[in-house]
Amino acid sequence: MSDLLRKDLGFADGDAVYEALINAISGLDDQQAMKVMAKLILLLGNQIGDPAVIEAAITVARSETDG
Amino acid sequence: MQTYEFPRFAFETPPELAGKAAPRRRVAIVGAGPIGLAAAIDLAGHGIESVVLDDDDTVSVGSRAICWAKRTLEILDRLGVADRMMQKGVTWQTGKVHFGDRALYQFDLADAGRQRFPAFINLQQYYAEEYLVERAGEEPAIDLRWRNKVVDLDAQSDGVTLTVETPEGAYTLDADWVIAADGARSQVRRLVGLDFMGRVFEDRFLIADVIMRADFPKERWFWFDPPFNPDQSALLHMQADNVWRIDLQLGWDADPDEERKPENVVPRIKRMLGDDIAFDLEWTSVYTFQCRRLEKFRHGRILFAGDAAHQVSPFGARGANSGLQDVDNLIWKLALVLDGKAPDALLDTYDAERVYAADENILNSTRSTDFITPKNAASRAFRDATLELATDWPFARDLVNSGRLSRPATYTESPLNSADAFGNVAPGTPCPDLAVRMARAGETARDGWLLELLGDRFAVLCFGVQAAASAGLGDLPADAIPIALLCVTAGESGRTDTIIDAGGHLARVFGAEPGSCYLFRPDQHLCAAWPSADVSAIRSARDQAVCQSRQGAEPTTAAAD
Repeated sequence: MSDLLRKDLGFADGDAVYEALINAISGLDDQQAMKVMAKLILLLGNQIGDPAVIEAAITVARSETDG
Repeated sequence: MQTYEFPRFAFETPPELAGKAAPRRRVAIVGAGPIGLAAAIDLAGHGIESVVLDDDDTVSVGSRAICWAKRTLEILDRLGVADRMMQKGVTWQTGKVHFGDRALYQFDLADAGRQRFPAFINLQQYYAEEYLVERAGEEPAIDLRWRNKVVDLDAQSDGVTLTVETPEGAYTLDADWVIAADGARSQVRRLVGLDFMGRVFEDRFLIADVIMRADFPKERWFWFDPPFNPDQSALLHMQADNVWRIDLQLGWDADPDEERKPENVVPRIKRMLGDDIAFDLEWTSVYTFQCRRLEKFRHGRILFAGDAAHQVSPFGARGANSGLQDVDNLIWKLALVLDGKAPDALLDTYDAERVYAADENILNSTRSTDFITPKNAASRAFRDATLELATDWPFARDLVNSGRLSRPATYTESPLNSADAFGNVAPGTPCPDLAVRMARAGETARDGWLLELLGDRFAVLCFGVQAAASAGLGDLPADAIPIALLCVTAGESGRTDTIIDAGGHLARVFGAEPGSCYLFRPDQHLCAAWPSADVSAIRSARDQAVCQSRQGAEPTTAAAD
């Protein structure tokens, strides 16, 4: 795990953000939903900018996914 | 059932059918469930008579609401049944969340410091109702009528006429006010012709109450996608009498009639508990749920409360708990209106405040449900990703939602709040029940609880005996709408009721300075606070909290009672 990534909750209202993410993909088929999720990652990643942070996030996301 | 024998309450010929004089009622309550009974007992505490009509002759069949939250216990304490519920119920504060075959994390609901009531107790709804029925029986002001079914109503501008059917025939009953507490399938709601707004969820759940001697801890255990119920959720919770609540998600395609058959329920439970634990089925039910409410909780002289007004999913224990908060909010207002001390408009604030609370409950309950039962592959991916991150990443743990457990609403935007605010507690907030050392006038000091002292009337907490005296707060208890005066002091004072806050704990919680004042409504929510004592500001805030626009001097004549 990397020290570059924040571990505590960064959202003021986590449940509201989670709901917004789910609403963003509701009513879509799997392929459309995947594209929306990819766009979200690109937009948020661009906002972060720092490639080291993005690399750290990729490492965590891959390592904690089974299979 | 093996562990509980249902009481059968006798039908008694109502005076209307016995040829006796049947006066117009001040309040008729439809439904003798926890909400209707609590409303009747609370009204009796304000000296107001009511008649309670119930179409059945026993308590809740099935355990139904089992989690009673701290605020609910505080309310039930005022109504006189919290001790019995605490004695019989199972106190718990820890929850464990599992994903697949792994324990992910646990959470602890206990607040810091000494507490009178825990975050939750678990107790079958029928016990709560039994205790409330017995308590209601001690009140001469309550006329509780079993097997009295409301079949028609005629709403007028100044009252309601109910047509009631009984085993001995039908009669009509006139009431100034009706409280509709007749549950999710409310007959009153049907008769008035009101619809719900909100969502119906296409999912089915199995509730099985099983009797077993198991050494599981007294904790709430929740599973996402467990091996014994793949792709679905599960919940295990302890109740009284060695009865355990098991709640298994079945999915929308499940056949409810098939699933509730013991030959189908038993193998499901065995898959969960393993072959070594012997159990007996106590009660089973297959349910769906809705997250929805009436547009308005007040319709002229009819006031809707509890499930008759709003419904949520069971995740979060926000059903019965919010219904009892409806009662807590409604009854002091209704009592003031009935006594002619507050205008009718005060009851519109019941609607405003409890619709706000219902929306908060519905929002939380809907979010929990959407997390527990993802609606498509992408939302399932979000859900499982959150769960997989939860072990090592605290932020993800905060996003895991197996039910956001009931907390009392804070009426931040209430029209009953004054603009005056001071210290750490915002107007609209329910008062925390702090351990206090207290001394009533002329008595020796003893340990007690702040909410006991606040009671069910307006009360002002003033930090400083001298400050209260020089500002003339001693006159407030004699007002037409009395305000009890509670002085907080560092040492004992023999003359008035005081709270001895030697360590300054209370002052820290409230952010108080010498002379600070905090005004609480009869339901113990803060409505205004000031850095220093000012008797006319306190009276104005009290007037605002009862929808009286009147400013200035307190009239000396109390309204007719």
